[in-house]
Parts: sequence; structure tokens; C-alpha cells
Amino acid sequence: MPADPRPGPPPLTRRSFGRLAAGVAGGAALAGCAPGRGAPSRDTPLRVMGVNHVWSQAISKYVPEFEELIGRRVSMSLLTADQLSNSYNVKLNASGTDIDVMMMRALQEQLLFAHNGWLADLTGRVTGDAAFRWADFLQAARERSTTGGKVLSVPIVTERAALYYRKDLVAKPPATLDDLMETSLRLTDRGANFFGFVGRGQRNGSVSQWSSFLYAFGGDFTIDGRSGIGRPEAVTAYEYYGRLLREAGPPGATNMTLEQAMPIFAQGKAAFYVDADAIYTNFLDPKVSTVQDTVAFAPVPAGPRGARPYNIPSWSLAVSRFSLLQDEAWEFLRWAAGPEMVARIQADGIPGARTSAWSAPATLASFPPDLAAAMRRSSEIGVGHDRPEVLQVGRARDIVGRPLVAGILGGSVPAVARDADAEFADFLVRDNRYREA
Amino acid sequence: MTSTTEVVRAARPAVRGERTVARDNRRLKWVMLAPALAFVGLMIVFPLLYTLNLAFTDAFGAVNAAHSYVGPRNFLDALGDTRRFWPAVGRTALFTAGAVVLETVFGLALAMLMRRAFRGLRLLRTLLVIPLLTTPLAIGILWLLILDPTNGIANHLLTSMGLPRQEFLGSVSQSLPTLMLIDVWQWTPMMTLLLLAGLATLPGEPEEAARVDGAGAWQRFRYVVLPMLGPTLGIAVVLRSVDALKTFDLLYATKGPGGGSDFEVETLNIYAYGLTFDYQEYGLASAVLVLFTVAIVCVVILLRRRPEGRSA
Repeated sequence: MPADPRPGPPPLTRRSFGRLAAGVAGGAALAGCAPGRGAPSRDTPLRVMGVNHVWSQAISKYVPEFEELIGRRVSMSLLTADQLSNSYNVKLNASGTDIDVMMMRALQEQLLFAHNGWLADLTGRVTGDAAFRWADFLQAARERSTTGGKVLSVPIVTERAALYYRKDLVAKPPATLDDLMETSLRLTDRGANFFGFVGRGQRNGSVSQWSSFLYAFGGDFTIDGRSGIGRPEAVTAYEYYGRLLREAGPPGATNMTLEQAMPIFAQGKAAFYVDADAIYTNFLDPKVSTVQDTVAFAPVPAGPRGARPYNIPSWSLAVSRFSLLQDEAWEFLRWAAGPEMVARIQADGIPGARTSAWSAPATLASFPPDLAAAMRRSSEIGVGHDRPEVLQVGRARDIVGRPLVAGILGGSVPAVARDADAEFADFLVRDNRYREA
Repeated sequence: MTSTTEVVRAARPAVRGERTVARDNRRLKWVMLAPALAFVGLMIVFPLLYTLNLAFTDAFGAVNAAHSYVGPRNFLDALGDTRRFWPAVGRTALFTAGAVVLETVFGLALAMLMRRAFRGLRLLRTLLVIPLLTTPLAIGILWLLILDPTNGIANHLLTSMGLPRQEFLGSVSQSLPTLMLIDVWQWTPMMTLLLLAGLATLPGEPEEAARVDGAGAWQRFRYVVLPMLGPTLGIAVVLRSVDALKTFDLLYATKGPGGGSDFEVETLNIYAYGLTFDYQEYGLASAVLVLFTVAIVCVVILLRRRPEGRSA
């Protein structure tokens, strides 16, 4: 049988197979890691990532108006705050283009995200657009949106610490922290599963609410760039809050964040509750609250240095630097944080960050009168941060919260505060090094 | 002689043909293996090497940001950390050992009980697999509500029986034991199913012979069933131990970041997650994960070692 004269395909050698496999793997890896710079089509939705918050629910009602305005579909993904933060970490670490508008906590994340180069610079847009009226935003909120001289976010929701109390149990709210302690202890009846006070007690989560107590005692997280948590004022604030939760609070307080503490007050099992004013609607909703007729609102009581509640921009909107729809993303910010929409949303009972909305009686009419008065008062006297202003806010809160937990558990607060103070001082040095890098 | 040479010459093309087929088969083997190799390379080897590389850097904030190589500093920092790392190692070991021992004991007891048919066996089997089918996150939230110190049904039951209230997951000291028991509740059925499968393969004669020789139920179990079940038991313990070492969802859902206010349930997994997502310290987190992986491999090797003279 004659040999076939046609040349066959070259035999697959081990070396050629290796080259082929490496090529395929490399190509797949590059394709997977590449940010995908192709121009988006008209069908590509504008992707908004947000937290599951009353603001997000309110704005989503109006989103069809915006879709009509820009002729593009909007896709909103709502997550819990921790999930949202983790999602940014995963997607933006991979320079993902599937996030356009980012809802974020300026005080928690902006410094870090700016350090990572994840946020688009909005300075020219906010200042170059007269209709947006950047100067109309509260000054403290504008300051928190600016990092290194660049505007990187736009504030949408503001919060102040508020005292929620039961008007059927106390005729008038306590004016001082001493009054609060005394009344809370008096009203506590552990046998009946009723507590004088409830508040966040979890190491990390409680730091922001404790800050109003810290300021009222004359302390701060950092003083002149150095740790302030070992100072006598801070130790007194730790001991005070620890005793309040230990002796007048519910069991298991050290495991309590907003999700655990709020239902206890809403179910009528506590007389006082200190938390952000933005969550007040939870106590007026008969589906989740049994205290809708008995809840009342007041400013946080004064300490030795007066009443110093925090007053912060809790949520802001930013544009991802990797977004392929940066113009449309800015249009969303311009629309959602514009004067008209802020007034509409504030009229729905969600406190915004614009002076014009706060000075308009119509937008304040939706709040209960005593809450509106407390908000106005806290806006005047409030402190513009409720947590350490550092890159690694999570680690800082873990350190600052340790003496608080010791106080709740009845441990030696001064000893733990000394130890935490030393750790925080080391941390601040390292955090500054990161910032400079 | 001539005829032999002819035979050899005639045979040569056939040998060459066999060699070609053998060579083609070897090449074909690589082609057939390619998808699996690509998967292992991209999904297992590449992430492992990437993590190993990060472990020697000072990566912070973002993994795609500029970072420098710092040698073994992250490993030394982790191994010298008595505040978080070593307590986390201890809790990981305690949680795994406690949960797996209880699951093995209860799983074996249930498997022995369900070995023989009885009325209600099918219902029991169905009920047993329910915890297995539920996601750990849902289980965490479910138990968080049941064990809530103020509003939970568990304390309602305790007080209605005149017993004192308990803090359960709200307590620094009770959290880890409570979570171990929840893990036992969820994973004992898996041990039971694995051991039931092992029991079904055992020959009945040795046990029958022991019965005829007058051995009691305990003696038959201790000296006949248990030695024969040894290999299955070993595999089940290894599988469950590796899984328990990696427990994350349940701990995170119930105690949040850092494993609670006093880090009371912070295992290595929770610690590494916190370093990554809460602190953005990718270099140190990678070093902890590398150490954790080495520890898991060591545990598996240790558990798979058998006394000399015994085979699996």
C-alpha cells in the first residue's frame, strides 16, 4: 500500500502543548482581569450600588423620572452596609467597570477609597454647575466630601445623635447625663424584662453612638493628632456608658448593634435609647413598633462640657473612577442630590444635607415637632465626626471600642483604656505613614 | 539464522507502529487532561501563588496599588501577635475539636440506632437532613433570634420553667460553646449519613459470630463493629474536621466582624477576613491565610496517619 503523500497536521509535541496551554491560560487570565474598556452601548444600564436605607427606597420611587431624562435604564443594587463595603473592595480591587454610582459613608470609607484612587474627582462638576448650588450644602458635609482639596462625593443623608424616650414613663426628657443615668437605673426592672436604657454595645458598632457621650465629657478620639482615648475625660465617658448599659441595659449588650438594640426599644422594653435621628421612622411604623404612640424625641443630654451630639453626613454618593458612564453617573448625582430632589426627599422624612431644605418649613413639617426641634438644635451644636478620622476606620474603631466593652462587662476601664491608648497611638503613626505613602 | 533475521526485520515496522500509538496516546492524555489542568491552574494554583506572593508584600488599601516586598515580615508579625493571632489559633482548634468530637459521638449513636428498621425511621431520616439543607447564614440568623437574650423564645421557655435567663450569644463566655452546639446540631446528621453508609457495607457474620459466642451489645459494638467501621470513621472525621476548621458563615452571621466584642469567637478564618475586608491589610491577611492553609494540610496528614500494620 503506497504511503499517503499528503502532509498531515504536525504532531502535537509536549512542548507545543505546553505553549498552547500557557497561551490559553494567559489569555483567559488577561481577559478575566482586564477592566473592559469597550464603549458601553445604549442598552448598558447605569449601575447604582447602594445601602438598604430609607433614602435608597425613597429615591428608587423617582428613578423612572431619571431614566426618562437620560434615556438609559438604571439598575439599583441594595445591600447591607457591610456587604456594600465588601462589594466595593472586591469589585474595585479588580478595577471593575460594573459600578457607576457608589453610595458610601464618607466618614468610614472616603479617605481609604481616595487613597486607593477609586473615586472620580467631582470638583469641576460640583463647582462648575451653578444649578447644582454646591454652596447650599451644609459646610460640615462639604468638608467631609473633600479629600486632599478634591471633592470626591456629594452628601445625601445627614444624621445627628438623638435621645428616643417613652413619654408615658417620663414626663420630660433628662437634660443632663446624670439625670439620664439616675432615671434609667430607677426605671430598670430586670425581673419584668424591662430596661431603663438600651444602646449599641458591640465593640466596633457602638463607637459612633458613644462619640456623643465622649464629646459631652470633653474628650475626642484624637487631640492634636495624638490619641485622646487614654485621657481622663475619655475614661470617664467609657465608664459612664459602660455603667449605663451594664446596670440599666438589657443582657447581652456587648453583642448589640443597631439591628439588636433598636427592636428592644421598638418592642417597648426600654425607656431610653440613643441612636441616629434618621432611624426614627422605625418607631412610628405600627408593623414593627409597639411604641408609636408613646415615643418622643429629644437632644442627647448634656455632660460636664454641655451637649455635644455628633452631626454628620452619614451617606454620600460618589462616582467610580473605573466607570465607563461617568457623565451619566454625574447626572444621577446632580439629579438625586439636587435642590429639588433633596427637598422632596426631606419632605418624605429623610434628613438631607442642604441648607435650603433645612430652612424650608414645608420640608420640616414631615418630622414630628419634637424631633425637628432636636434635629435643629443638634445641627447648631453638633460635632462633625462620630468616629476617628483615619484611613483604617475599621481597625481604629476596634481599638477605641475595647475599653467600652470592658466598661459594659464591669472590667477595669482605666487599665484597658491605657492599653488601648498605647495601641491607638501606634496605630495613628502607622496610619499617617500609609496616608503619606 | 536467516529466517530469524527476516522475522526480526518484519517485526520492526509493527514495533514502530506500537511506539507511535503509545506516543499518540501519551499526547492524547494531555489533551484530555487539559480542561481539568486549566481549571486547577486558574482556580487553585494561581490564587494560591498570588496569595503567597502577596504574603511577602506590604499590600494595603487595594491589591492593585503599588506595594513593596517586605520579606517574611508579615509571617513574623502574625506569629508574634499574641493579642489576636494566637488566641484565634486556640479558638479554631477548640471549636473544631469540640464540635467534631461531639458530632462523631452523636453521629455514631444515631447511625447505630437507625441501622435497624423501626417505625418512624423514614420520618427521622427526613427530619435529620433538614439542618444539612439549610444555609449556615440562615441557621445563624435563626439561632440568633431563638437565643436573643431579651426577645428570644429560648429564654421565654427557660423562665417559664423557673430557670434563670441566659445570654447565650450575647455573652462573651457562652458564645463559643453555644456556637459549637449549633454546629453540632447542623452537622451531626452528615456524620450519621456517612457512618450509616459505612455500617451498610459491613459483613454481618462477625457480629453474628460474636453474638453466638455470647458477646453483649456493647462488646459487639466495641470489639467487632467499631474496628470494622474504623476506615469510614476516619474519613468522616477528616472531612468534617477540615470543614469545621473553615467555619465562617455561622460565626460571622451571629457575632459579626472580629468574632464579637471581646473577639470571643474570632477564629483564624474570621481574623483573616477582618484583615482583608475591615482593615484592608492584604499582605498580613495573605500571610495568615498561608499559615492557615499549612495548618489545615498538617491536620489532614495527622488525621490520615494510621498506626503501623493497619491499612485503610
